[in-house]
Order: sequence, then C-alpha cells, then structure tokens
Amino acid sequence: MMRRVLIGNIAVSEAVKLANVDVISAYPITPQTIIVEKLAEMVEKGELNAKYIRVDSEHSALAAVYGASASGSRVFTATSSHGLLYMYEMLWWTANSRLPVVMAVVTRSIGPPWNIHTDHQDALTIRDSGWIIGFAENVQEAFDMTIMAYKISEDKRVLLPSIVALDGFILSHTAEPVDLPTTSEIDGFLPPRDPSPFKVEPGTEFAVGNLGPDEVTMELRWLIWRAMYRSKYVIEDVDKGYNKILGRNYSHGLVERYRVEDAKYLIVSMGSWSGDAKDAVDMLRDEGYEVGLARIRYVRPFPSEIIRDISSDVKAVLVIDRAVSMGSGGILYSDILRSIDRRTPVKNVIAGIGGVDVNQDHFKMIIEEFIDEFEKDEYHNWNDTYWFMPWMR
Amino acid sequence: MSMMDLARSKWSGVYPGNPACSGCPHNIGLKILGKVLGENSVLVVPAGCTSIIAGVWPKEGLGFPLLHVPFASAAAVASGIRASMDKSGRDGTVVVWSGDGGAADIGFATLSGAAVRNEDILVIVSDNEAYMNTGIQASGTTTWKALTTTSPIKGKTEERKDLALIMLMHRIPYAATASVAYPIDLAKKIEKAMEIRGFKFIHLHSPCPPGWRFDAGNTVEIAKLAVETGAWILWEFDRGRFSISPQSRKYVDKKNRRPLEEYLKAQGRFKNLSDNDIRYIEAKLDEAWTYILNLEKTLSKS
Repeated sequence: MMRRVLIGNIAVSEAVKLANVDVISAYPITPQTIIVEKLAEMVEKGELNAKYIRVDSEHSALAAVYGASASGSRVFTATSSHGLLYMYEMLWWTANSRLPVVMAVVTRSIGPPWNIHTDHQDALTIRDSGWIIGFAENVQEAFDMTIMAYKISEDKRVLLPSIVALDGFILSHTAEPVDLPTTSEIDGFLPPRDPSPFKVEPGTEFAVGNLGPDEVTMELRWLIWRAMYRSKYVIEDVDKGYNKILGRNYSHGLVERYRVEDAKYLIVSMGSWSGDAKDAVDMLRDEGYEVGLARIRYVRPFPSEIIRDISSDVKAVLVIDRAVSMGSGGILYSDILRSIDRRTPVKNVIAGIGGVDVNQDHFKMIIEEFIDEFEKDEYHNWNDTYWFMPWMR
Repeated sequence: MSMMDLARSKWSGVYPGNPACSGCPHNIGLKILGKVLGENSVLVVPAGCTSIIAGVWPKEGLGFPLLHVPFASAAAVASGIRASMDKSGRDGTVVVWSGDGGAADIGFATLSGAAVRNEDILVIVSDNEAYMNTGIQASGTTTWKALTTTSPIKGKTEERKDLALIMLMHRIPYAATASVAYPIDLAKKIEKAMEIRGFKFIHLHSPCPPGWRFDAGNTVEIAKLAVETGAWILWEFDRGRFSISPQSRKYVDKKNRRPLEEYLKAQGRFKNLSDNDIRYIEAKLDEAWTYILNLEKTLSKS
C-alpha cells in the first residue's frame, strides 16, 4: 500500500489501471473528462495495456465497451449528466444483456440552464435500469468503489453492470490523500475476468439479443431482479474482503451508520456532502441532540433491510435529497418510505440542486428545524416536500 | 470466386424457413455473405428487418455468431468486439449487417466515427430504400417521389443521399456498391474486403417486394433492372483506385441502358410519377454517372 494525494478523477483512473482493464471508450464531458484523458495517456505511454477507442458520442462509447464486454474483455467508460442521458438506451441494453461493464459517473446537473456543478439527478435517472449504483463520499471511496465494482459486477451471482458515482468538482477536482493498494495486492483480489457463461466470438453458433417470447422477456427481468437482490450480499462480502487486503478494520458495506446506535432522530444522505452532514450531527450531539446519520453507499440495490433495521427505534427520519422526481418527491425519500415502518414520520428536504452549496451550518439548521417540528407535533405538514433555498428566506 | 464455388460452399449462415418475407433480398445477401465469410466471423445487427429474420428464441433464423444491438450503435459495438479480439489475439472478421436506417440515418454518426478510426471491420448496408421493418416509411436513401407510408400521396419530397460516396470520402481503404442480382460481384467484393485491414464498406442494393410493391418472385429481376437502366451503378474503390465494376461498365454509354421507365414502372411505389418526374430522375442519374466517371478518372492510381 502507498499513499498519494490525488483528485477524484485521477484516483478513478488509477483504479481502472489497477483493475487491468482491456478496453476503454469514452466521449469527453465536464466534469468527467480528466478520467479518460488520464487513461488515454496511460495507454499511450504503455503503462496500461488496453485498447482506447475514441468515439463520436457517449452512446457510441457505451456501445463500444458493450461490444468488447460481450467478447469477454474487462471494460471501462465514464461520463456525466447529458452524456449519461445520451447513453440511456445503451444503459438498459447493457444491463439486460447481463454484462459486467463498469462506468464512473461524475455527477452533474442536467440543463437547461447549462450548469456543470453537481447534483444527483443524472445518476439517479437510471436507477431502474439494472445497474448497481454506488455513491462515493470522498476520493478514497471513489477509488475503492471503482476496483470493487469489477469484483461485484463480474461475480457469477450478480453479472450486472456497475456505476460508481462521484460528485462533480467536490470530489472529481479536489485533491485528498488516497491509500492505493499495490498491483500484487489487487491481482490476488481481482483475477482476470472469466467471461462465462457467454462470449460472442467467431466460430460459435450463438446469438445474443434475439427476439424473445413475452414470458421469456419477463423471466429475464425477474432473473435481474433476483441478481440485484443477491448483489446486496456480494457487495457486503466484497467490501469486507477489499478492506481486509488494505489492513482496514472496518467495512461500511451498503450503508454507513454514523452515530446511529442510540439515535432518536435519523438523517439519511448520500454522496460527498455527507461529510458536512456528519459534522452537523457532531455539533448537534455536542448540544445534546440524539441524532445519527445513515449514509447510503449503494442506492441500487437499495438497502431496505438495513434502513428498516437502523430506523426501528427512531422517532422520526429526515431524508436529504440532491435529486427529485418531479411531481412525486425526493428520490431517496420514496425509497426510504418504502423501507421503513409506516408509522415513523419522515421529512423530505430537497437541497443542493444545480450545485448549490450546502455546508455544515446549513445541515445543522435543516436538522434542528426537523427536530423542532417533530417535537412541536407539526410533522403532519411533512407530506409536502420541502425545498431548502436559504437565499429566498 | 465462381457460381460453382458459391454453390459448393455448404455453410451460408442462413437457415431455410426463417421469418424473412417471400422474396426478401436480405436473405440473398446474407447467404452470399455467409458463404464467403465462413464461420470465422461475428455479425453485429442493429434494429431492422434482420432482427426479425434472425428468428424468435429458441429458434434461430441465422447461424452466424450474432450480437443484436440498438439502432444507432452497430459500428461502435463492432469496434468494441474488434478491440476485444485484437487484445486477446483472436482472428476473424467482424461484420456490421445493417439496413439504410441503421447506417445512413439514425446510425450515421456512429458509422462515420468507426470509419474515421479506420476500424478493422466490414460494414454491409443492405439498402431497401425505406424503413421497411416498421412498415415502409421514407428514409434518407428513399428515392425522390417514391410512395411510402410517410409520403403516401405526393411521394417523398427530398432527394436521397449517396451513402457509399459519403463513406468513400472518409478516406477508408475500401468502399463498393453491389446488388443482390449480381452474386459473384458481391462475393468477390466481400472476399476482397476481407483481405484488407481497416474499414470496409459495401452498399448493397436490395429491392423489397412489399416495400417497393412488386411481385415477390421478381426481387432479382428488379435489382437487375436497376443496374441495366443505370439507376444503380456498381463500382469499387480499392485502396486508392476507383473503378466502375464490369457489370455496370457497358452502361457507361447511355445507349446501352434499358429505358428508365422499365425499372420505375415495374414498382408500385413509383405509380404516381409523371413523365416530367421520370425525366427529372433521369437527369439526376445522369449527374450521378458524371460524378462516378469523374471519380474513376481522378482516382485511377493502379
């Protein structure tokens, strides 16, 4: 193991290099671009023995790595925002073909207006497609989750593609110290891909994607559903195994539990701002509030069981969303509602859309208000999704 | 490559009784493709008629190792397969078999990208001059004035694009036109393309009985008429050298061509053409011939 200071985008490209990827294809988009620029440089310098395909669009980027993955290669692509939306059709095609493609999504708002700053709308827009979606809190996690994504996706119990989401600029362009495993440490953890059960190559009379009878189509979706469910256990296992080779004595798995043991109020968050939310929790704990935080690390598969467990003794839950389903509510919120005891009141706050900065003081304000409302019995108003826009107060 | 060679080659990749329409030109093209390629190949098929011809699982209409892919992705997927095969040292031919929609329209950016990268793949566009699989809607290669279900009364109001010439201008090593009525010419072109490392493009003229409204027994006849009237020109560009193919050579002299009316009037899709319309189409074809002859003159490096 060694320690280097890296920005998130470079950390992801170092992880891809360690994973010994065969084929890379991507189309540039801010704030993702640095990842694939770095990978292109590694390939040209001969540091990474991979094929780099410079394509005409994100749709073609995912199509190219889809083809390479179908032929048995380990592949990588990366994108953000509009690039991800342009891939949309291929995203479903990839998951429905059960190919272990790994992609980094550097989260960015969707236009108009043009805005290159982070929110979670892009990555969450594909939550129903059959991709495993992990959200990093910091640069170290972006690195770790990228390597783990190959192990998880290529597991025969899973065989589904993975997205590692990292917040644009906040992680992608910010330098932090990162612990990097050595090649030999990773080689033992992540052996070359075994492409079974299928590989499209010359000499086989084998087709993938033929017209399917309706019942077969439904059965195939059901198999993905089951694989998604199984992947919960695989993710927990892989996380433990990975942390062990790095000599760490912790493993967060699907959800990081932060000061939740005796919490009476539970905050749910995801992504880089969870660090600020934890600071707010610490400040409130110092003031005597019994508050804890559940940080969603993998939003697909959604860790419903863990959330149900953590929330079983709390008085109320606050879900802070950085993406919204228009006409419905926060996206995490609806997943949380589905997971917990129906009698537990839940407040939903939408914040940080379009990259609006939300700092520890803002989180503290949001949480205090939530607890205050609950204690004053005002939580019947929580049916309305609350948009946190302090400049409009 | 002779007719006997083609007949002797047992493997064709096309199974009898597959779900193609009667008289389907794709089946003819695929059969020739399979016989020349052999089994050491992979076929990438974007959405289109061939998605159906390949059959409903668990039945198989085609015997090629085959990857079905979304409309606008075929050339990129083929590039990925090629990269994967190169990385692991496997040989074999990667072929995109596409319709006009998948190549000239919705899939054009992807196709252009792969051509610019000079990917070592063979792209064959079996062009039936409309979106036939969705029910005969006008495409970028549909002839001006042709009746389709999206140009049902007045006919198509726009000109067609010449996809093969557009691909030639990508500075690729090999581009050619072909016709399902000339199997030996097509077989030779596929054979030559397989010898070349880099991007190869073949634009195959494929008359569609239900789409063009002619009897299903006349597919080859109509395809032949297209060449004999000069409406479809067979040519080949092979690593710097442009040449009109032997089957079209004699139609350089307009006197040798059969009257254009014979081709147009054999098809229901042209039933609304006035004499003036026919003269206009003929003038456009004369322009196309001039263009092709000039290309041959310019690109005659041997």
